Amino acid sequence: MIDLKEKTAVVTGAGQGIGRDIVLALGRRGADVAVIDVNLETAEETVSLLEKSGSKGLALRCDIADYSKVQDCVKEILGWREQIHFLINNAGITRDNLLLRMGEDEWKKVIDINLTGTFNMTKVVSKHMFKKRFGRIVSIASVIGQMGNAGQSNYAASKAGIIGFSKSVAKEFAPRNVTVNAIAPGFIETAMTSVLPEEVQEGMRRMIPLGKFGTGEDVANIVLFLVSELGSYVTGQVINCDGGMVMS
Amino acid sequence: MTIEERVKKVVEDQLSVNQDQIIPEASFIDDLGADSLDTVELVMALEEEFGVEIPDDEAEKITKVGAAIEYIKAHVTE
Repeated sequence: MIDLKEKTAVVTGAGQGIGRDIVLALGRRGADVAVIDVNLETAEETVSLLEKSGSKGLALRCDIADYSKVQDCVKEILGWREQIHFLINNAGITRDNLLLRMGEDEWKKVIDINLTGTFNMTKVVSKHMFKKRFGRIVSIASVIGQMGNAGQSNYAASKAGIIGFSKSVAKEFAPRNVTVNAIAPGFIETAMTSVLPEEVQEGMRRMIPLGKFGTGEDVANIVLFLVSELGSYVTGQVINCDGGMVMS
Repeated sequence: MTIEERVKKVVEDQLSVNQDQIIPEASFIDDLGADSLDTVELVMALEEEFGVEIPDDEAEKITKVGAAIEYIKAHVTE
């Protein structure tokens, strides 16, 4: 039902986890994808998986916290494809610590990549979307940005920041047919969550009304909805993909 | 076409206004009906037409037709 042929997407943090699942989901629907990661090797792996579905990919190494590197990276993508239809701001890191023990570096690093990285990518890519009078921007926030979590004040602040950022930009871009939305995943099975001790994971499961962790594919399905025709009348929203966690 | 004519043409296309309204004293917002988004796009269109990068702090000063012509004349050789 969802057909993304002839469309080009850009996904950050796409070398693993949710980002990779988003790339593969877009590829299966026919979109070509520029796969950005700070680690070129993992980006290339994602591209080779993507190309099995018949779509084309371009692997790029980029530190999205650096504005001038983002400019160079987007220039390269526009040399590869004439138009960028979708931007998925997915790249994110954690540096968990209780606030009283959190170093300034741990705070800054998380804000720089998660929030400033989203600003950098959105600013540079949206310029081209404006000209084409079309764009779909989806940023991956987190239920933690809505509920808070002990030991994750930096991460929660960055993700809450993404939500406020998306809503503001949605208002600015709406007259040019560029929609901006955020997805707030709950606990998703990825490398980021699998390192947690079993009892912590069990405790988390009890907080989830649906009683299980989500998958990257669950998040990717919402991305597909938002970028396709199906989601074209949705902008400035946060869609939770958390098994009902935000209600608890 | 001279630089002045080219700038006026970009303004005409971007803001859908008549040539005779596009005088140097005309303010994009007050006289030519542009909103803030239109002015951002106008600067982007000028960048494309003349192959220049206009820094954000310079772009903010380009509020009238005359200012656009002057900026381009100062940064582009005819």
